[in-house]
Amino acid sequence: MDLGPHAAFILGAYAFTALVVAGLIGHALLDHRAQRRALAALQHRREP
Amino acid sequence: MAMSVFTRLAQPGHFMRWSGAALPALWGVAATLLGVGLYLSWFVAPPDYQQGETVRIMFIHVPAAWLGVFFYATMAVSAVGTLVWRHPLADVAQRAAAPIGAAFTLVCLVTGSLWGKPMWGTYWVWDARLTSMLVLLLIYAGLLALWRTIEDPARAARAVAILTLVGAVNLPIIKFSVNWWSTLHQPASILRMGGPTIHPTMLYPLLTMIAAFSVLGIALHLQGMRTELLRRRVRTLTILEAERLDAAPLPAPQAA
Repeated sequence: MDLGPHAAFILGAYAFTALVVAGLIGHALLDHRAQRRALAALQHRREP
Repeated sequence: MAMSVFTRLAQPGHFMRWSGAALPALWGVAATLLGVGLYLSWFVAPPDYQQGETVRIMFIHVPAAWLGVFFYATMAVSAVGTLVWRHPLADVAQRAAAPIGAAFTLVCLVTGSLWGKPMWGTYWVWDARLTSMLVLLLIYAGLLALWRTIEDPARAARAVAILTLVGAVNLPIIKFSVNWWSTLHQPASILRMGGPTIHPTMLYPLLTMIAAFSVLGIALHLQGMRTELLRRRVRTLTILEAERLDAAPLPAPQAA
């Protein structure tokens, strides 16, 4: 596919968007896992 | 009836149950729509007669702009929920929406700049639409900073809610800036009286990408809300644990 003389702008825009979306998804999943583990550890400590 | 269903769904316990069940389907729908949208944007939509191939930037720029504004509107509604009803999930919803809205506003500004350079000959102009979107990003950044500044979550929630409602005045300015002032940015071409001005070969790929970004954004928001609820439980349990340790009797000193 020939994107013409402005290919760098088009690919740059898509690359930046992909980076941000991947960052959002990665952060959402990792943060959720971290909080779940922290909660499990606290609940385990509170059990007699 | 609808209000009681909403109230029930918004109880944190119920929310964790239904959102946990809905999220896998939402991720799946988002991935499918994104795949279809990208295919239509790259292989079906023709180059524009004026913009050429750079029109493909619009298929990510417009959905990102929509989500930047949508999440701020979501935050404004949540702010009312925090201030008027003090609903426990309202602040959680607001807290989870802010980074997502900020990220998509940033995407909108960067992709717009990358489109502007070849089309307008410049990355940036202090045009009313561009400037109001930049103000939106700054408001998002200010709200995120304010949450980190105030340690007590209840006080932070009220302060952030008030600032969010003040910042909401920017939303109509963003929408109507292209009508109220003479701007380099083109006027509305989808949501306008008389219908869209975009040719169907480009309109349908664009609408598919808007749908894909919207479902992705909702999935990210629900995931963020679930995480925020867990974070608050962790905070509460940590405080209780610290109080329990403080209250425990100290061991008797041993004789030498």
